Amino acid sequence: MNVANHAGAITAVLLALAAAGVPLARAARGPFIFYLLSALVAVAAAASGAFALWKGGISVVSLPIGLAETGVSLRLDALSATFIVIVNVAIALSSLYALGYGREEKEPARVLPFYALFVLGMNLVLVADDAFSFLVAWEFMSLSSWALVVVKHREEENRRAGALYLVMAFIGALALIFAFGLMAAGGGNYLFDAMRGHALAPIEAAVVLLLAIVGAGSKSGLVPLHAWLPPAHAAAPSHVSALMSGVMTKVAVYGFIRIVFDLMGAPAPWWAMIVLALAGITTVLGVLYAMMQHDLKRLLAYHTVENIGIIYIGLGLALAFKAHGFTRAAALAATAAIFHVFNHSVFKSLLFFGAGAVQNASGTRDLEDLGGLIHRMPLTAFTFLVGCVAISALPPLNGFVSEWLTFQAILQSPDLPEWGLKFLVPAVGALLALSAALAAACFVKAFGITFLGRPRTRAAREAEETDRFSLAAMFVLAALCFAAGTFSGVFIDALAPAVGQIAGERLPVQLSQPWLTLVPVAEGRSSYNGLLVLLFITFNGFFTAFVIHALASKKVRRGPAWDCGFPDPSPATQYTASSFAQPIRRVFGTLVFRARDTVEMPPPGSMRAARFDAGIHDLIWDALYAPAIGSVAHAAEKLNRLQFLTIRRYLSLVFLALILLLLVFALWL
Amino acid sequence: MRGLNFDIAHFLAGTLVLLSFMQLYQDRLTALLHIFALHALVLALSVGWQAYVQDAPHLYVTAAIALVFKAIVIPVVLRRIIVRLGIHREIETVGGIGLTMLAGIGLVALSMVVILRVTGGADPFAREDLAFALAVILLGLLMMVSRRNAVSQVIGFMSLENGLVLAATGAKGMPLVVEISVAFSILIAFIVIGIFLFRIRERFDTVDVGALDRFRGDRA
Repeated sequence: MNVANHAGAITAVLLALAAAGVPLARAARGPFIFYLLSALVAVAAAASGAFALWKGGISVVSLPIGLAETGVSLRLDALSATFIVIVNVAIALSSLYALGYGREEKEPARVLPFYALFVLGMNLVLVADDAFSFLVAWEFMSLSSWALVVVKHREEENRRAGALYLVMAFIGALALIFAFGLMAAGGGNYLFDAMRGHALAPIEAAVVLLLAIVGAGSKSGLVPLHAWLPPAHAAAPSHVSALMSGVMTKVAVYGFIRIVFDLMGAPAPWWAMIVLALAGITTVLGVLYAMMQHDLKRLLAYHTVENIGIIYIGLGLALAFKAHGFTRAAALAATAAIFHVFNHSVFKSLLFFGAGAVQNASGTRDLEDLGGLIHRMPLTAFTFLVGCVAISALPPLNGFVSEWLTFQAILQSPDLPEWGLKFLVPAVGALLALSAALAAACFVKAFGITFLGRPRTRAAREAEETDRFSLAAMFVLAALCFAAGTFSGVFIDALAPAVGQIAGERLPVQLSQPWLTLVPVAEGRSSYNGLLVLLFITFNGFFTAFVIHALASKKVRRGPAWDCGFPDPSPATQYTASSFAQPIRRVFGTLVFRARDTVEMPPPGSMRAARFDAGIHDLIWDALYAPAIGSVAHAAEKLNRLQFLTIRRYLSLVFLALILLLLVFALWL
Repeated sequence: MRGLNFDIAHFLAGTLVLLSFMQLYQDRLTALLHIFALHALVLALSVGWQAYVQDAPHLYVTAAIALVFKAIVIPVVLRRIIVRLGIHREIETVGGIGLTMLAGIGLVALSMVVILRVTGGADPFAREDLAFALAVILLGLLMMVSRRNAVSQVIGFMSLENGLVLAATGAKGMPLVVEISVAFSILIAFIVIGIFLFRIRERFDTVDVGALDRFRGDRA
């Protein structure tokens, strides 16, 4: 498929949809029609991307619109096509989910037009082939998603989240503008082709890499630029949260890959060190933050930070191997990263859909107010459980496969000649293992507190199962989790063209292995068979259940009534989300969050209740964001005086500025 | 090309700078007004000379505009305003004439350095003209910021505009449209400022702009 047709059709339809969004929002069936159409567009776009991937080759077009000299260049290669498929599958399912979920929306006119623009922006980023169209599409994506974050603008918290997001988005875009500017200065113009043809000097490369990390990394939520992400993702409507967390962060990852792997030319080993160090920290901090949350959507958003870390670990390893010419290992790492991009977009969308369903049914996303929902919403609970297992990287689901591949790539690191990387990579591996374990703990907490136990509030007791469209979307995603975990070979082979493009080599064809086995490196070193594991787990599970039921349950037993851990009949005495997190808060919290637990016992004779306070500090916020915000506020306070000068002083300011510029000019030239 | 043509152009532009300096230290409004009229007259001569040298008849129109409006109409009207306001005998506190003059000298040096360096390969006519024009513009600005009286600020603005016209005519091939539009916009600005002067006067009984700031409750 020609890229001009692809991009042109998507742009035309989505712009029309955006324009139609406001009138459609007023009609009774309007949102339904809108989301149906956007789902169809996404399916068509995904099909077009898949077709381009299957056909291979690169389609380039240069349109005579936009800026003079540069115009608008579009390009559809394997990397873009792969991301187009990943992104649009999630968009299609998100729209399907919104067919039902969108009905609950109070003010659809605030959502629909921006939803279409958001989808459009993400799609255009993926095909842009010059800096200007890339940045314009990127900003489209940022601004429309900002509008979606502040849909419920009457809540103070959401407005704050929106403001923080907007500022971070501007900083990120600014960094990208500078990055492209530096690359364009060497290449001669703003076309990506010109940048590809020009090798950067080491210092330029360092600056461009840092700017790319700030620009694309902040959008995807790399620590320490992640602070905007959890509040913003939690504030948006759930289908948009799923898109922001599952898809927009992936578009940012695409931007990073495009700049670092494609435009910057041959990598140097120390690039990998920066990326790996940040990625490792991101992974662990993301999951630790998530552990401390008791807002379901925030918890999921912090897990996005963690998973982005995993993706960047893969990318960092790919950089390291590519820099030393180990293209096979680089291909392995890149496969792991892109496969995790796909997997994360699938299970994170699934989990956000589940969180949205829970929120709609019970009116809250606070874990401490939920409980026992598995009885009221069994189907949602099942799909959410699948998502939890997938994101915890348990076999036989998809999360395991991509994390396993990442570990395989880490195990290749002893081949690296540099001592820095020799030490760093195993350390990052340890961080990854730690985060995987913590993620599992965190999702035991999320699922257990939400769906198991007894309802903690009346709202949770009276929750209703969600609508069939939402359920359909969640079941499709759950099926995808199973499929990508079991038939991973198919997916890995589909990623091969993109991997070949960024790593210089592709993994051996996995489908040629017998019985769907994955053999990334060599038969002797490691292999994984999802199908076998699935069969084993299924068989073992059923066998155990059968044995227990047949041999143990049927016996009549008598014994003292056990109070099931609840001596007090009130559901409030159940294990809470905070109590679940407490051991981990004790272990890591004192160091990472400066957590303090204080117990205040009333003096003897007093009737007052005892008090228990648990406080945590966000050290990154305190160290990085708070001073920045403080200094900006301070400067604003000082500069505020400039609003009240006399006319003559304003004139003097203009005069002095002119003189200063002339002086600079005179001295500099 | 160097010769009498260049010398006369140079002389006239230099006179403009000199007159700008004279404006800086005139503390009486009527004297200031006279200097400004002279300034405009020299500008008209300079433009006329450029018209003759460059053989560009449309510059004669510019010269005529400068002569009629700037050297005659505006000074006359301003004078009437001053008389009607009753401030023609007022002595304005300029504050630190020596300092202002030093600043002016610095500005002229700066404009020389900037222009002569930038226009290395250009026509010497344009070079000298541009350097002097920039000096006149900067001096006009300096006048605007160093005076408190609204009328002298208007005059500063006008002489700044004279600098612009000098620059525009010094460069060859400047179309007449630009000059007419510049002159016209200056006229509009003059009318607006004139009206403002009376409004200020009506409200505050003075044309000292400091009064405006006091009225705003400002800590000027």
